[in-house]
Amino acid sequence: MDILDYAFMQRALLAAVLVGVIAPAVGIYLVQRRQALMGDGIGHVAMTGVGLGFLLSTSPVWMATAVSVLGAVLMELIRWYGKTRGDIALAMLFYGGMAGGVMFINLAPGGSNANLTSYLFGSLSTVSESDVTAISLLAAFVMAVTLGLRRQLFAVSQDEEFARVTGLPVRTLNLLTAVTAAVTVTVAMRVVGLLLVSALMVVPVAAAQQLTRSFAATFAVAVAIGVSVTIGGTVTSFYQDVPPGSTIVLLTIGAFIALTALASPLARRRARALAAAQAAGDPAECVIPATRGPEDTVGV
Amino acid sequence: MITVEDVVNESVVSLRGVRAELGSRPVLRGVDLTVRRGEVVALLGANGSGKSTAVRGIIGQVSPSAGEIEVFGVPRRRFRDWHRVGYVPQRTTAAGGVPATVTEIVASGRLSRARFGILRKADHAAVRRALELVGMADRAKDSVNALSGGQHQRVLIARALASEPELLIMDEPMAGVDLASQEVLAETLRGQVAQGASVLLVLHELGPLEPLIDRAVVLRDGCVLHDGPPPRAVGQHALPGHDHVHPHAAHDAEPIRTGLLS
Repeated sequence: MDILDYAFMQRALLAAVLVGVIAPAVGIYLVQRRQALMGDGIGHVAMTGVGLGFLLSTSPVWMATAVSVLGAVLMELIRWYGKTRGDIALAMLFYGGMAGGVMFINLAPGGSNANLTSYLFGSLSTVSESDVTAISLLAAFVMAVTLGLRRQLFAVSQDEEFARVTGLPVRTLNLLTAVTAAVTVTVAMRVVGLLLVSALMVVPVAAAQQLTRSFAATFAVAVAIGVSVTIGGTVTSFYQDVPPGSTIVLLTIGAFIALTALASPLARRRARALAAAQAAGDPAECVIPATRGPEDTVGV
Repeated sequence: MITVEDVVNESVVSLRGVRAELGSRPVLRGVDLTVRRGEVVALLGANGSGKSTAVRGIIGQVSPSAGEIEVFGVPRRRFRDWHRVGYVPQRTTAAGGVPATVTEIVASGRLSRARFGILRKADHAAVRRALELVGMADRAKDSVNALSGGQHQRVLIARALASEPELLIMDEPMAGVDLASQEVLAETLRGQVAQGASVLLVLHELGPLEPLIDRAVVLRDGCVLHDGPPPRAVGQHALPGHDHVHPHAAHDAEPIRTGLLS
């Protein structure tokens, strides 16, 4: 394959695969907590980090990681303490983060909004050797958390109040989820960009849900979809000269639509199988008994 | 020296003079509540009387502004043996934002006994037993999204039973549950009590659990109005299968069956 002859494509593919694995792995817990748009919020906050990186002439990637981790922790604390109007506080954090990014980058010597573009929409072909190292390390951390603590994170994301009574450190696990999501956002920043990162966290999970009944299967299918679309998008962008970030996101949405279309006949077949299984014991049709039994009693 | 009497009278839950506010509104205004070992206590009251807040104080979801809460004789803040407590929160669904099977949900109730979240053979067996207790073993691999309201409640109760608790705390376990599931739940609870479990139930009305209940505590406006034998149902309320459904406004502090309590 000639695509692998290029070192920059090898790096791009490696980065894309890692993001394809970790984005849905974190995203599934956000979707489970019904905070699907948290990744989007963190992406906005990370813009301030990118801007600061330019202004202080340090690495925008590490600065974005630091700022988005801080922002994610702040969001978690607002959710914790801000019992009223938490959504307003979050909105201010999101838009403050975006405005801060634009402000800082324009204050930086020689900086303009053009510098931001590669972070907003990704710049896969410019992933460097050191980027690959950073992405691999951060991805290893994310995988360790999302797989190693899957039972704890499942319990907390499913029912926080109940998780507290099982003695789990709910607050710590919530902060860990937030930090892991922030790290994932900055890792994915180079691949799909800050504005599109949330799609890769949420849409593969939503697509997988069309087929699955269990959390474990949803996790596996979502990661498989994530890897397929990131590889597919990267390869397509190499041959067709289209932007990889948007190609990946459009492929993900395409996968969602295809699986949704596939799911309804599958659900019908399951319903038929269930009816057949019940036919052995219960009649599938309604049978009206001649006399009323105690189970017919209805409360008034 | 520990006498037999001490063991019998040992309280598994004890609230003394507990006050709590939600925002600036006082919800509990000096509540005393004790559940002794092996006892089944019903916490009754209208909507807004503070019964859910009292329970959420026990599990640490709400912090009291005054008073003491002890669980198994240990101040709540220092209590760590959570596997001794099974909790059924007030829910109409066991589902989250992602599909999950009945087993996956119930297994999370076993985490309080599992070190580092690793479930061993014995833990999986306990999860299966809990599912059998509520008659949901045949649905173990089904998605909770495919269950009825009563089945959701049975899953939530199985989750609480998975850690084999000594104390069960249930917040409105009969809300939105069909008659068949109500009977299963009453039977499950009877089995737990027979094995020596203590139970604290938040209820809107006694219903099919009535024969199990040793003592009723009635709250009104955050104060204990009655603490003693459960009020007996009369008239319409005493009919079998009677379901006490009529709308309550949040400020409607009328406790049920007032005639018997005042």
